[in-house]
Amino acid sequence: MLTALLVMLGLALLLGIVLGYSALRFKVEGDPLVDKIDAILPQTQCGQCGYPGCKPYATAIAQGAADINQCPPGGETGMRALADLLGVEPKPLNAEHGLPKPKSVAVIDETTCIGCTLCIQACPVDAILGAAKHMHTIIASECTGCELCLAPCPVDCITMEPVGESVANWKWRYPVYPLKQTA
Amino acid sequence: MISRLFKFNGGVHPPQHKLASANSPIASVPMPQRLVLPLRQHVGNVSKLQVAVGDRVLKGELLAAADGMISAAVHAPTSGTISAIDEQLIPHASGLPDLCITLEADGEDRWIDHAPVDYRQLPKAEVIARLRDAGVVGLGGAAFPSHVKLREDGRHPVATLILNGAECEPYITCDDRLMRDRAEEIVRGLEIMQYLLGTARCMIGIEDNKPEAAAAMRAACANSAIPIEVVEVPTLYPGGGAKQLIKVLTGLEVPSGRLPTEIGVQCFNVATAYTVHRFVNFGEPVISRVVTVTGNVAHPGNFEVPLGMAIEDLVQVAGGAGDDTNGFIMGGPMMGFSLPSIRVPVVKATNCIIASAPRMFPPQPPALPCIRCTRCADACPVNLQPQELYWFAKSQNLDKARSYNIFDCIECGCCNYVCPSHIPLVQYYRFAKSEIIAQDKAKQAANLARERNEFRLARIEREKQERAAKHAQRAAGAKAESSEADEAKKAAIAAAMERAKAQKAEVAPKNTEDLPAAAQAEVAAIEARRAEAAAAKPPTDSLKQEKQENG
Repeated sequence: MLTALLVMLGLALLLGIVLGYSALRFKVEGDPLVDKIDAILPQTQCGQCGYPGCKPYATAIAQGAADINQCPPGGETGMRALADLLGVEPKPLNAEHGLPKPKSVAVIDETTCIGCTLCIQACPVDAILGAAKHMHTIIASECTGCELCLAPCPVDCITMEPVGESVANWKWRYPVYPLKQTA
Repeated sequence: MISRLFKFNGGVHPPQHKLASANSPIASVPMPQRLVLPLRQHVGNVSKLQVAVGDRVLKGELLAAADGMISAAVHAPTSGTISAIDEQLIPHASGLPDLCITLEADGEDRWIDHAPVDYRQLPKAEVIARLRDAGVVGLGGAAFPSHVKLREDGRHPVATLILNGAECEPYITCDDRLMRDRAEEIVRGLEIMQYLLGTARCMIGIEDNKPEAAAAMRAACANSAIPIEVVEVPTLYPGGGAKQLIKVLTGLEVPSGRLPTEIGVQCFNVATAYTVHRFVNFGEPVISRVVTVTGNVAHPGNFEVPLGMAIEDLVQVAGGAGDDTNGFIMGGPMMGFSLPSIRVPVVKATNCIIASAPRMFPPQPPALPCIRCTRCADACPVNLQPQELYWFAKSQNLDKARSYNIFDCIECGCCNYVCPSHIPLVQYYRFAKSEIIAQDKAKQAANLARERNEFRLARIEREKQERAAKHAQRAAGAKAESSEADEAKKAAIAAAMERAKAQKAEVAPKNTEDLPAAAQAEVAAIEARRAEAAAAKPPTDSLKQEKQENG
């Protein structure tokens, strides 16, 4: 009887030590859920969700402070992926935060640009190149199309140009064919 | 030596239709007035422009250079003037325009100086770099830059070199004709490739529906310094696919997602070997290729066509298309695509042009629902489950499609061919593949944006801290050193004033000595006037005061 008790006690102690040690040894830094949500978000850093970037929005979702339907660039697909991850019902995108738009990039009219650097300071991904009193230009391959540079420009020389279809980014269409032969 | 042959799964036997174009030798075509050369003729990076509008170029001159490792150069197919560099329609399934160079021929057809490559004397890396600059790409249809495959990467020694002369698709006969008419040259090219790769075994695989080509190649190989096996493989579509031919000849299967190099095999098209020979031994870059023109045309045949010639003109050379022609296909009927327009140029990947008519390719009966008969799985040469892939692609369940190895699909069309419900299966796979590729690209872009955003936030944070640290330092320093610093500063100011006074005293007009008497008198007079003026002027301090008072 006593032996059994001691054995059980010993086992409990041993397992407790092992568990305690592994909790310290294999501690997960940061919140893995935030990273998982952040991986789904499109990283435009546009702030349309009401948070100052994708990571803060991901953190808010993880804490339950924000809804999953506030990200227009992520669109329907992004919202569904979030719903899948979090195990909640998908819901239509909240129009208050804007509507999904085709992907576009900012273009600076270089003849109008006065070199004020305001757009450079606004760009969340450092995709604008230039210096004070020198013409600025946008690195198109880095631009996420967040539109954050439009508002600060004092001379309105930035426009959003939709990314057109080219041979390089062309996709095969979903096959559509008539089920019934029409005359 | 007769080697044992192996089999791949599935395959189909579509009607051949090869006789129409295979019976006459390769014909040349008159040089067209205008050539249009797209910069995107190969797999990989788009070539970099080297010419401007108005430039005069010679035949074989570089127009656009290879950009990076996986890229190839573009050359002028004849001498003339660059008349435009703009977006024009190219032979691409999208039907979208792309950047092209337009060359107006001057009719002289004057060559650059030929620079043959003495490949046995030069380092191999140098020969391979020159092949890249000669624009040598796989001419079987995929147009993958060949120099990449000819590199010795050190990790995977290539034991077997295979030349692909199988040409399994119906209608196409350009490789057949090339092997019959230019067998010796193909073997010379093979010898160069064998030297570059250092392979022990060389094989040429030819489908047994081309006995003349096999005989010609055998005769040419008999004269070669290296042992080459010419093997006739059973005619079975898609036996000309690189992985299928490797399986048939060697029994080795290329694992999913790997390259043939990794199992010690390298495979090239016979036409590629021919262009390697033309460049290395004669210094001619890739400026033309053999194209089969067949189907609903008056005189089907094979033509040596300068790259950039309009397909419309090429069809005219073949006697023009019949009245009931309802479209043109580039490539074969199984894997080719309908040309968006006939006014597109011949490119390096153009192996065949088929003028199609309703009697040749009757419209498909309407697609019926999939009955899961799995005849597609029996026909699939890469052992996929086409019926499953169809469901996943149709429901846009892309992750599932990927996990069922949709990227191993070679889009050969065997599943389409056997489907009793006439479902355009390959179209679904193409859709799913390009959708997955686009998603992956978007993911990459998002990762890049995240990285840049994190870097920016870290930078702003760092700058803020640096500024705060500087302020703190300055504040602390100012307090502690105020009295000491004041003393030191005062001393420094005093010393500076002393120095300034001394300098002022030293400064004297340097050009007043050794002057003639008249000049000295003039100087003295001016000095006197200056002194007078200084005495008359009120002191500056009072002047300032006056100004302030006035407002």
